Amino acid sequence: MKLTLEIWRQAGPTQEGHFETVQVDDASEQMSILELLDHVNEGYIERGEEPFAFASDCREGICGTCGLTVNGRPHGPGQNTPACQQRLFNFTDGQTIKLEPFRSAAYPVIKDMIVDRAALDHVMEQGGYVSMDAGTAPDADTLHVNHETSEYSLDHAACIGCGACVAACPNGAAHLFTGAKLVHLSLMPLGKEERGRRARNMVDDLEANFGHCSLYGECADVCPAGVPLTAVSAVTRERARAAFRGKDD
Amino acid sequence: MTNTELKREHPKFSHPQSIVPGVSAGNILESNEPHGVPMKDMWSHQKDHMQLVSPLNRRKFEVLVVGTGLSAGSAAAALGELGYKVKVFTYHDSPRRAHSIAAQGGVNASRAKKVDNDSAYRHTKDTVKGGDYRCRESDCWRLANESVRVIDHMNAIGAPFAREYGGTLATRSFGGVQVSRTYYTRGQTGQQLQLSTTSALYRQIGLGNVELFAHNDLQDIIVYNDNGKKRAGGIVTRNLITGELKAFTGHAVVLGTGGYGNVYHMSTLAKNSNASAMMRAYDSGAYLASPAFVQFHPTGLPVNSDWQSKTILMSESLRNDGRIWSPKKEGDDRDPNTIPEEERDYFLERRYPAFGNLVPRDVASRAISQQINAGLGVGPLHNSVYLDFRDAIERLGKDKIRERYSNLIEMYEEAIGESAYETPMRIAPTCHFTMGGLWTDFNEMTSIDGLFAAGECSWTYHGANRLGANSLLSASVDGWFTLPFTIPNYLADHLNEEKLAEDSPEAQATLAQSQERIDRLMGVRGENPHGPSYYHRQLGDILYHGCGVSRNVEDLKEAITKIRELREDFWANVRIPGEANDMNQVLEYGLRVADYLDLGELMCVDALDRDESCGAHFREDHLTEDGEAERDDENWCFVSAWEPGANKNEFIRHAEPLYFDSIPLMTRNYK
Repeated sequence: MKLTLEIWRQAGPTQEGHFETVQVDDASEQMSILELLDHVNEGYIERGEEPFAFASDCREGICGTCGLTVNGRPHGPGQNTPACQQRLFNFTDGQTIKLEPFRSAAYPVIKDMIVDRAALDHVMEQGGYVSMDAGTAPDADTLHVNHETSEYSLDHAACIGCGACVAACPNGAAHLFTGAKLVHLSLMPLGKEERGRRARNMVDDLEANFGHCSLYGECADVCPAGVPLTAVSAVTRERARAAFRGKDD
Repeated sequence: MTNTELKREHPKFSHPQSIVPGVSAGNILESNEPHGVPMKDMWSHQKDHMQLVSPLNRRKFEVLVVGTGLSAGSAAAALGELGYKVKVFTYHDSPRRAHSIAAQGGVNASRAKKVDNDSAYRHTKDTVKGGDYRCRESDCWRLANESVRVIDHMNAIGAPFAREYGGTLATRSFGGVQVSRTYYTRGQTGQQLQLSTTSALYRQIGLGNVELFAHNDLQDIIVYNDNGKKRAGGIVTRNLITGELKAFTGHAVVLGTGGYGNVYHMSTLAKNSNASAMMRAYDSGAYLASPAFVQFHPTGLPVNSDWQSKTILMSESLRNDGRIWSPKKEGDDRDPNTIPEEERDYFLERRYPAFGNLVPRDVASRAISQQINAGLGVGPLHNSVYLDFRDAIERLGKDKIRERYSNLIEMYEEAIGESAYETPMRIAPTCHFTMGGLWTDFNEMTSIDGLFAAGECSWTYHGANRLGANSLLSASVDGWFTLPFTIPNYLADHLNEEKLAEDSPEAQATLAQSQERIDRLMGVRGENPHGPSYYHRQLGDILYHGCGVSRNVEDLKEAITKIRELREDFWANVRIPGEANDMNQVLEYGLRVADYLDLGELMCVDALDRDESCGAHFREDHLTEDGEAERDDENWCFVSAWEPGANKNEFIRHAEPLYFDSIPLMTRNYK
């Protein structure tokens, strides 16, 4: 198929960026968006020109490395699908596709389509863990977890950390990302001991670095892991619980 | 403990002659296992006799950890918890992204809670036997014994393992095993273990015990002479955003940098997984063990085009209802549905009438690749065989097949654009896991003092073939429950020693060496310029053909010659656009490919040198009467650990003889 691509070029965080137009005449419907970019880049490299920088790794939808905005939508037109799994049969022959980085104040552009998502790691460092040292855990079979609870916890633990939720949100909120972790750990048998402390520390950091949530729901619409929208409410609920309770657990 | 105190008797071991020109015999390696202790007790005995570092002294030691996957990430977190100063490096933007995250099936543990008669002994036996007796038995005992607390710990720090309705942990069975010891979180066990480990690492970063250097790619290992012994004193990294090279030094260095399957260009590995840290260690004098031991998965999606970026696994379960065949005639490009029955070769059913399409992984991979190599492959690139549901649909109806495999059939249709209900699927063996890696002793230290290796970049546990669900376990056991004991044991000897200074001549010389390699690559100006992928593709083709699922002397010799020619072409013509002092993904890739070329050559040398068949190393000239792999325990019951020779095209083969106590040598037989 023939496609016209408008691809974002930006030399660095402080430089101005612009779209560069590229014509592709030999794209295949089975190509993913990333393979299309590989194909374009190959041409640049063989001509001795600098290709477009973009991030990707596993190309199976689990590592969360890839992330670009395709025609204005994080990851692309397919619902709940990461960029590496978005194939070209979602587009029509002759169409123009606009490829640019995730757009959010929290994600400075590093180069071309690569953004810095370290702010998400920073939220995790404040409390997205269970404080238990290696070797000190009790027997996992003695800590019973209801089958349903465990599966529900996993629905939230499944977040791949791509950050599309933030890019999709008109406010640039990271509530789906943070809420997913709060729900996941609050349901684990040993994650409960520091539930309040975790909510306080993570949510305070979240509020300092990301926007507010006003329940648009765009985040859950693009989330490749299908984290349920209800996760966003956990942020306010867990933070309020911690405030009223005034305790670590 | 010194080596001499522990010296085992090596009755009449002698290096077999190599048929490879340029290979010479080296030393007999000392495993540093305790002497006079049964294999099954060695690890606890070793731990009991290790030296300790008192809590107040731990802050005096700085440990550099390269990688943030399941082995390196857990080692960094555990050492941070103990109170050591840790610096951890990853080329990713976040520690969570390491490729451990993509493992699906599960993690083995012989917790033996049920009454299906599982035990640490059985787990060890399955691992040793599965690896076709080319691993260290004592390592496998450690793997089984420590597996119990891996599950407890992972559960405690957040992995939501599948649970029975009664609330206890659920398990499932896995290939080649008669008990149920695989713990899982749906089809994303690797993700949950990786994220739990990353969260433990986040905690240590938040507490200030671990310092994270993201976007930092290892370029070299700083190795210096310490009273005649090679000792690791640090690393040189390249900041992938700015291109800046920097030396970091510490008292010990840990590599947990993953497997090297991407040497084949097409593999199931993540695009950025690479062999460079391992090859830098090899160049610096750390021996590289059994590089030819590579696992291929039989039911991968084939490569269909020159733009396809990697291969993807299709579940083995498809073989329950799909029949595998290829045309009898070479180059038969007809629509498969029009090929009459008598012109089809159901080769697995023909060759293995008892098991048919359900033979074990390595057997299926071999048979498929023999058909393809004989010119009987199908598809646009003639590199696959058919997996046909026609008969199953006729017998059971389309609905039944849809119910069983719809997600896989959809995945296939998305990727290939064909419906498996109408046209047979095309599948091909694909590189999946590398058993070989840096040689380490029982303490997981390489042949360079102070340089440790863990997880897939090291050689331990899996011998010549890895058992399903043992890879997540081995990475966890290494990082959480082995290195936190053995690294302090090493450091205790160096109390009050200053670490190597970052501006020391040794560190600066290594920094200069890294700069030279980059300058050399950027400076190539050839007549026939191509980007790195041009060479990587060719290398992959050479290796799949010559050093793939089955090997023979002639093809291996040809592969070595071709790789050497390709390497000359690469260094004369490769072209890297852009600048070195900027983010430059082509430069990163070029450096990887330079290492793959050296590694590919070494893999072929190892495969040609090892004059036997064992596990995944299947040599067509070493077969039993019924065409199965034939080991030669008389001559080859040892691990080959390679060191570069003094001159080009020369290699030194060191050997660690292997002994088996409680799992006596026997022939692997799954018939």
